[in-house]
Amino acid sequence: MTIASSSPPSRLPLGDATGAGTDRRTARRAAAREERGDGRLAAVFIAPALLGFLVFLLWPTLRGVYLSFTRFNLLTPAEWVGLDNYVRMVHDPIFWDSMGVTVEYVLVNIGVQTVSALAIAVLLQRLTQSAVLRGIVLTPYLMSNVVAGIVWLWILDTQLGIGNEIIAGLGLDRVPFLADETWAVPTIALINVWRHVGYTALLLFAGLMAIPNDMYEAAKVDGASEWRMFRRITMPLLRPVLAVVLIMTVIGSFQVFDTVAVTTAGGPANATNVLQYYIYGAAFGRFQFGYASAMSVALLVVLSAITVLQYRLTRAGQSDLG
Amino acid sequence: MAAVADTTTVRRVRRRISPGRALAWAVMAAIVLITLLPFYWILRTALSSNDALAAHPGDVLPVGATTGGFERALGLQSAEEAIAQGGSGGGLRFWRYLVNSVVVSTLITVCQIFFSAMAAYAFARLRWRGREAVFGLFLAGLMVPAIFTLLPNFVLVKQLGLVDNLLGVALPTMFMTPFAVFFLRQFFMNVPREVEEAALLDGAGKVRIFFRLMLPMASTPLLTLGLLTYITAWNDYFWPLMVSYSDSSRVLTVALAIFRAQTPQSGYDWSGLMAATLIAALPMLVLFGCFARRIVGSISFTGIK
Repeated sequence: MTIASSSPPSRLPLGDATGAGTDRRTARRAAAREERGDGRLAAVFIAPALLGFLVFLLWPTLRGVYLSFTRFNLLTPAEWVGLDNYVRMVHDPIFWDSMGVTVEYVLVNIGVQTVSALAIAVLLQRLTQSAVLRGIVLTPYLMSNVVAGIVWLWILDTQLGIGNEIIAGLGLDRVPFLADETWAVPTIALINVWRHVGYTALLLFAGLMAIPNDMYEAAKVDGASEWRMFRRITMPLLRPVLAVVLIMTVIGSFQVFDTVAVTTAGGPANATNVLQYYIYGAAFGRFQFGYASAMSVALLVVLSAITVLQYRLTRAGQSDLG
Repeated sequence: MAAVADTTTVRRVRRRISPGRALAWAVMAAIVLITLLPFYWILRTALSSNDALAAHPGDVLPVGATTGGFERALGLQSAEEAIAQGGSGGGLRFWRYLVNSVVVSTLITVCQIFFSAMAAYAFARLRWRGREAVFGLFLAGLMVPAIFTLLPNFVLVKQLGLVDNLLGVALPTMFMTPFAVFFLRQFFMNVPREVEEAALLDGAGKVRIFFRLMLPMASTPLLTLGLLTYITAWNDYFWPLMVSYSDSSRVLTVALAIFRAQTPQSGYDWSGLMAATLIAALPMLVLFGCFARRIVGSISFTGIK
């Protein structure tokens, strides 16, 4: 940043701007400064953020890609092995299994969450716009995934959980929600719906508030039902917002880890071994940082592809309004 | 928020609650119940004793009321006492983790917001060579999912010798997030230039303008962003799990997961676990109590680009 090295000190004592002459001079000086740019000052202002960006975002990203081509156990220096990790990944049945589990999780999680969030948002828009209700709906979002996971682990406990008490009270068989290979993934997906649905609903609600109320009034005069208004007004006009929210939530959903770690730890029998959990195990359980990095790159590629695809399919950039 | 133009006749027609509307309210009530009941259940279990919980799993009120769960969570009971009451005697002390969580979350929030605001101001209002290029770089940073940088960042923090250190827990998100920079840049760009020019004419330097004019003007977005950052930092689990191994750097989320994993022979210490959960969740609930309106409102303008 040498351009500004000749500029006057950027801080001027405020006190000497008393006479008209000084006034003009400071003004002139300010104008000159404006022309010359604020290189040195900008360097100071940008430095901490740029440092953080380079050291903790850009460098790790490049390093993550580099590590995926190495054998690395943290203790000895990384050793270049070319595509070995990727070859291994393609032939690793647990990797594919874990990819499958993750996709199943995402489908249940996003499917239920999007439909419920849309329902809540529309209820909040058409039924009541109570701020209190919006607050209540958001409350679970303030809890960590760990808290949400543990609370539901307790509620759904086969013997003592209130959830299973209710099921037993209805005369049905108790369900070992988190200990059963079939139930575990959908259960975790629904626990995370509980935590995130309010947040998603409020995002959609914000989108709904942008739809002019006149349109609903006009439709009502024409005798349209709520359902018809939902299909003909709400859905088309909300589509761009819904698309952005979908992309955001799908990307978040693919990174599921916390809830699995505290409820099932990947079990029973790898039934909930989601990709991020498998990656964590490879890195911190078996110290295969190279292989773990390769799988991270694979996840990154999948996420990027989904983003592009979803953006195309949902035409997120365009609005039907106007 | 009823339509203003309604005539009384229309309103009278709408007063009658239609079956559809009643159903909609019922659905809303069910949603509120599912949302809030788990919170009550945490409290009810935390105040119960483990023996009574096993005998009366379905009672609505606390059973065998005791504060033993909280005592175990806070490490106030001796190991024998804890084991007698169905705990693991593992000796976790949640007040310690509470302090760690507060330190880490505060460090992240204050530094991240301040540094991001400085950068945002430089992007929005200072003129310098390479501004657009650097900004483009930050923009690209938004595309990298946070989780991708965790493994390499762990390697880095380990090389820096900051593993199991509170600073190491805070470090990766302490300087900036691309989102915070964009969000604040947007705000600074919308501040009328005349405000700044008037101050410049008064002889104020840009540093002074930033601290005395821009930051106070941005207090609302700063507070909003700060709240969201604090909540995110407080709830983070994956990164602290990687870098903290002992009491000296353990935060609440990690401690809670360890508590859950320390299962005594007889089964889970549900009472203690729920007491610990409540300790971990309470600060966020209090924060929400104080700033609910702002937090709820913030989602509409931070969530959507």
